[in-house]
Amino acid sequence: MEQDINITITDREGAIHKIQAPTDMAMNLMEVVRSYELAPEGTIGVCGGMAMCASCQCYVLSKTELPEMQDDEEAMLSEAFYVKDNSRLGCQIQITPEMEGLEVELAPES
Amino acid sequence: MITTDILIIGAGPTGLFTVFEAGLLKLKCHLIDALPQPGGQCSEIYPKKPIYDIPAYPEILAGDLTEKLLEQCKQFEPGFTLGERAETIEKQEDGSFIVTTNKGTKHQAPVIAIAGGLGSFEPRKPLIHNITDFEDKGVEYIIKDPEIYRNKKVVIAGGGDSALDWSIFLSDVASEVTLIHRRNEFRGHLDSVEKVQELKNAGKINLVTPAEVVGILGDDKVSGVVVKQAEHIEKEFEIETDHFIPLFGLSPKLGPIANWGLEIEKNAIKVNNSLDYQTNIPGIYAIGDVNTYPGKLKLILCGFHEATLMCQSAYQIINPGKRYVMKYTTVAGVDGFDGTRKEAPKAVVKKIE
Repeated sequence: MEQDINITITDREGAIHKIQAPTDMAMNLMEVVRSYELAPEGTIGVCGGMAMCASCQCYVLSKTELPEMQDDEEAMLSEAFYVKDNSRLGCQIQITPEMEGLEVELAPES
Repeated sequence: MITTDILIIGAGPTGLFTVFEAGLLKLKCHLIDALPQPGGQCSEIYPKKPIYDIPAYPEILAGDLTEKLLEQCKQFEPGFTLGERAETIEKQEDGSFIVTTNKGTKHQAPVIAIAGGLGSFEPRKPLIHNITDFEDKGVEYIIKDPEIYRNKKVVIAGGGDSALDWSIFLSDVASEVTLIHRRNEFRGHLDSVEKVQELKNAGKINLVTPAEVVGILGDDKVSGVVVKQAEHIEKEFEIETDHFIPLFGLSPKLGPIANWGLEIEKNAIKVNNSLDYQTNIPGIYAIGDVNTYPGKLKLILCGFHEATLMCQSAYQIINPGKRYVMKYTTVAGVDGFDGTRKEAPKAVVKKIE
């Protein structure tokens, strides 16, 4: 089994959570947040992870290298609210061993 | 007053399959949905996306699943109240309920099945500080009657299909159409994108990109919008308009159902999963994505199962003490309320000489 990685997530209330995420279950960042219930059910991952709702928007705080943004993620972010230069959709970030030390903050609900 | 046996709130896959299961028990259904078409998320959010875990369908598009469910239940003649949101519920002395929509349509039934998914779809409102002051005074999040824009100036914001399609449509109605989007790229059907390009070239749509509306001008109604454009250099300017229509999609909210006195946990309705998916109010059930219980999974196939058990329990409420045993459709066939009958062909009995 592959090693879990350490991720730091700041929730919408500002609380900081240091958590471990598996790298061998094809989980994405939105699903990791849901598995730890860091945001209420129904307020994150509304579309199920299709880059179609932006409820999993987060701000990437670390310099971690992440997969390049695809067209549908970019298009969704261009219609979302509270978007910043470091915005990403959690559902489009598959957890890999290279992401050890990733730090993100959840964007406000909208 | 619309009367029925089971009033279903939500016309998504779970609600539609309930019509079929109820029909087998000779119970009639009526559905209410805030969206203008049946199918729920399957038709609103991802009609062209495949689903791989519907039993016996290795792959089916969400839009096709809706079509199949409508076909499967059509002989049970469900009624629909579409484009209206269930707002209030009142328990009557005879034990039945009256549900009234936001448009005042009243429905009465002895059993309510809430199959509301993640809630009713509400427009996503852009973060413009004074936007709420202008709601229904020139700001509309949903286009209900395109005629109100005849010979008016209109500004549309958004980058998806609805922004493109309404810009195209209104270019023939309004005196002036401006489409504003944060990027130069739009995500929509290719022919819509090409049509907007054509109309832009012909001077029938003013395209302002990459830009966004940051303020609304006007006294008691909209007279213009403040636009921030960020191409090469950032600049702010005003566009005169009678209407501002932000089209940023819909997001589901539990909404008025949350105030019906039902036990809510994690934005979902708590039900009795060891028996019949009834809520804390007898006669009101919650099935599909809208409910929660230990081990709940928000899957369409789980909604189908929940709907089936729920209908058996509803039968007992509607027909107290009446005997019934579950029958296989292969054995009993399907008798529609429209007089049609489906049945297995009879075995051929013939002597071999």
